[in-house]
Order: sequence, then structure tokens, then C-alpha cells
Amino acid sequence: MIRVDKLCIDLPGFSIRSVDLRVEKGEFFTLLGPTGAGKTLVLEAISGLAPVTSGRILVEGREVTRIPPEHRGIGIVYQDYALFPHLNVFQNITYGLRYQKEDQRETQRRIERFTEGLNLRALLNRSIQNLSGGERQRVALARALVVSPSVLLLDEPLSALDPNFREDLRKVLKELHRDMGITFLMVTHDFAEALFLADQAAVINEGQIEQFGKTAEVFQRPRTPFVAGFVGMKNVFEATFQGDKALFGGLEIDLRRPPDGEKGFIAIRPEDVVLSRESFLHEEYLSFRGEILRVVDNGPYYDVFVKVKDRVFQAFTTKSALMEMPLGDGGGVFLNMKRASFHVF
Amino acid sequence: MTGSGHEKKFDPFRSLTVFSTSVIFIFILLPLVEMVLQPSIDSLQETIRDKDVLRAIWLSVYASGLAALISFVFGTPFAFVLARRAFFGKRFVESVVDLPVMIPHPVVGIAILSLAGREHWLGQVMQGVGVRVMGSVTGIVAVLLFVGLPFYINAAKAGFEAVPERLEKVSRSLGASMTGTFLRITFPLAWRSMLAGMIMCTARAISEFGAIVIVAYHPMTAPVMIYERFTAYGMKYSQPVAVWLIFVSLVLFLFLRLVSLPQKSRS
Repeated sequence: MIRVDKLCIDLPGFSIRSVDLRVEKGEFFTLLGPTGAGKTLVLEAISGLAPVTSGRILVEGREVTRIPPEHRGIGIVYQDYALFPHLNVFQNITYGLRYQKEDQRETQRRIERFTEGLNLRALLNRSIQNLSGGERQRVALARALVVSPSVLLLDEPLSALDPNFREDLRKVLKELHRDMGITFLMVTHDFAEALFLADQAAVINEGQIEQFGKTAEVFQRPRTPFVAGFVGMKNVFEATFQGDKALFGGLEIDLRRPPDGEKGFIAIRPEDVVLSRESFLHEEYLSFRGEILRVVDNGPYYDVFVKVKDRVFQAFTTKSALMEMPLGDGGGVFLNMKRASFHVF
Repeated sequence: MTGSGHEKKFDPFRSLTVFSTSVIFIFILLPLVEMVLQPSIDSLQETIRDKDVLRAIWLSVYASGLAALISFVFGTPFAFVLARRAFFGKRFVESVVDLPVMIPHPVVGIAILSLAGREHWLGQVMQGVGVRVMGSVTGIVAVLLFVGLPFYINAAKAGFEAVPERLEKVSRSLGASMTGTFLRITFPLAWRSMLAGMIMCTARAISEFGAIVIVAYHPMTAPVMIYERFTAYGMKYSQPVAVWLIFVSLVLFLFLRLVSLPQKSRS
């Protein structure tokens, strides 16, 4: 269990403003935010490695705000692994064991468990310099877990890895969390990671929490324009609402349902915007005629920016779909959007 | 280049770099080599049998080494704080550390003497407990410490800065105290820089003349002896002492450099 109450940190040039967090025991929680949002600083404050200006931090019901890091029992794993370069794999993993008060057999059992579980047996005598990124991250995990922390903090643990290693390690993290039953708090800027791993999520921006709740809930129902953009709802428009209708930039969108929640913004994901040459004549869809401004090649898919009246929409489309659409000289195209796909907040 | 068509063009900048490199190289090495080669083997042998010369060289090495050792003891925590913490007035503190490098050497000697004199309370206290600065090894070491300290602190600080703070943080999170972290992480990763700093501190101290000559003409360190022999008897008599001082210093530094060289492979 981690509880952070009104945490403030003042550093030259950056500050954390009154951050509150609740992480239940055994939960996998992610703190999401762009680079420079203060995520790592929050983690370091929880583990006692960053100076706290005011506020309280409780771990497993015990206030730890002023307790030095070595007495908190919190493990931390960094994006850059932070392995000790002068020690080999085995020495890295067992670094913290001398500070543990328990008998040899138990210690030995845990070394076994994590070297086996994380597939490190063959690497024990290797030097750190000769390991791949994925191997290094597994050593860092073993090193943090072998001392039985009550909480494990993960600072963008997957960001520095190659895509194929990343998927492996994502699974490893999920299994470790399931098997150990301890609280995991991960910081990331990648919403896909959060969706895969975490039950609960909070989005932080410029030192402040913007939203928190179930990961899927944050993904589907962002409550601020920033969170909407962050979870991939690229089309966010400020709008005025009249009954069931949203009005913005000369456009009128009839949702056919009273908008839930606060009214002020309407948003739709680019993957929910379907491009076509002819307008969809379907009850559930709204169609607008627009003009293609530019197309960005993203490999597996294309980003298409379409101007409709005064607003620009972003849509995803496949290469073949774009090819099959003989676009006129004016770049005229229809945007088709399901009424139910619009999110209002 | 084996193929044709890529003929080397005359590049004035390239020629300039080659030229200036060789000029500087010659400028530094030629006088030294000349001085080392001029004294005859006989005079060198005779000089090294001279008890006074041995004593002076030994005093130079010993006092400089002691200054480096004291720098290590007091400078290490200080350098660590400078490398790790941001605090108000840090720039000022760093400038103060560099001051001894800029002050003219005789001024250093006079400054230290003025503190140890009978008119100053500190001088009186020191006299009370029997510490003499003027004309003593204590005075020499104090002066050498003063001029050598910045070299050690700056090198050690650079060494600490090169150790990622994250490693220390992880160590703390694994249960190690600050002391434990320093001994198990920071020191093993920074000791080469610290040793290099001690070498530089010693080198600076061995070469000191201006400040020593004010504080302690006697007991005589090697540079003072070289100066005395030069003024009293001329070049011929000062050169052999200088050669021996250079030789002893070189052997010492070579040894320390070898110790502090990073090992090629540790896998």
C-alpha cells in the first residue's frame, strides 16, 4: 500500500505541486505522463531518494516521509538499469543481501528463485558490460526483488529496450507481479504498456495529477484535454453544447444522447474516423466533407490530416485503403464518425 | 589511398597543427633533455652520495606526499559534497578552492607566516602547544598543502561526478547506508581519479619553491637546495641535484600512474 498526501517538491527549475496517490496493496499501478512531467521525482520521493518539501508518504500504513531510503524497504528499478559496473551479475544481485536480517538458507532460496525465475543462471559470472539491455533489466529486477521489498518502483523499465525485448520483459513484469503479490508502481509515458500491465493509472502533467482511476477507464473516458491527447484521443475540440448537440468550428454534431459529465470538450480517436470517397449513409454515422491537408507515413498506418470547415481532424488509415481511394484534385474526402465514438467531457 | 583522383591537397590548417605541435614538443623537451644530459655521470654519482642532497630530496618527496595524504583525508568528503549537492554559494566555494592556484607563490608563504607569527592569536596558540611553522617541516607541509589541495579536490570532484548518482540511489534503496554506499559503490568507481588527484597534488607540491623559501629556507627541500647551489656555485653544481629530483619524481609518478591505469579487461 502506498499513500501520498499533498506531496510537494521544490527543486531549482522544477516543482511537484500537491500530488495525491492511493495505491492498494498488491496493485499494479502506473503513473503516466510525458517526459519531464515529474514522474521519476515522485518515485524517488516515495523511495526517499528525492527531497520532500511538504506532504506525507505512507508505505504499508507506516509513515516514511522522513525515514532514510535504506530503512524503507522499497525497491527501485531504473530505465537505464543502474547496475553497478564494477560488480558482476551475481555480485549485483546479491548486493543488498548483507543488510537483510535472516538466515542463510532463506537468502539462498531467494537467490535461486530469482536467478531461475528471471533466467539469469547462465549469466551469474558475467560482467555487466557484456549483457544485452533485456538481460541488464532482468538483473536489475532480481537485485531489487531479492531483498524482499514491500513495494517495487519501476521507472520506465521498458523504454530503453528493443521492441522485441520489450514484449518479453512486459510479460516478465506481469508474471512477477502475479507471483509475488507485492505492490508495483510503474512510471511510463507509454499508454499501451499501462493498458497491458496496470489495474490502476494516474496521469501526471507538469507536476500535477490530472486524472486517476482504472486504466481502462482513463483510456476510454479522459477528463481533461491533456489526458485525452495523452491516451491517444488526438481530435479534441472545445465545444458549446445545446441539448444533444455539440457545436464547434462551424460544425454541428448531434450525439442523440445528452452528453454525460461536464461539458466543454468533444473528442474522438483518429482510429474511429473513417475516410471514404462517398458519404456513409448510415444512421449511426455522421459524415463531413473535408479536404486532405497532409498524409504522414507511419509504417503500418498512415496519419491523414483533414480540414473540415475551421477544424483539422486526424484519422488513421491503412496504405491500401488510401490507395483505393482515388482522391480528387481538391483532395476532397468524407470523414465518417460514429456518434457513439464521440467522447464528451 | 590506392585509387587515383583523390590527390592530397595542401591544407594550411593541417600544416599549422603539425608545425605547432612539434614546436611545443621541442620547447618543452629540449631544455629538460639538455639539462639531464649535461652533467657527467661522475658528478651525478658524487651528488647522490652527498648526504645533504639525499636529505633534501627525501624531504621534498616526504613533505609533498604528506600534503597529498592530508588532502586526501580532508579533501575527499569536501569534494564529494561539491560533486553531489547543489547549495547556495557553491560557485563561491568552488572559486575559493581555486584561489591557491592563482596567488603568487611568495604571497602564499607570507600569508601563512602572518598567521603563525607571534602577533597573531593563532600563532600564539600554536606556540603554546609547541607547533613551529617558521623553518620547520610543519611549515613546509602547511605550505605544500595550501598549494596542492586544489589539485586534489578538483580531480576527486571530477571523479565523483563521473559516478552516476543513480548507482548510489539504488544502493541506498537496497539497504546500504550513506557510508556503506560510499565504500561499496562510490569509492571503487572513483578511486582512480582520487589517486590521480593525489599524484597531481604531490607533483604540484614537489615543484613548489617560492612559498617554501619564505616559510622555511631550512630544512632544505630539493628546489631550495637547487636554487642555493645555483646562486652560490652556478649551473654546474645545481644541475645534478635537479636531475636527481626529476628522476625520483618520474619514478614515483610512473609507479602511481601504473597503479591507477584502468585494467584492460575484467570479464
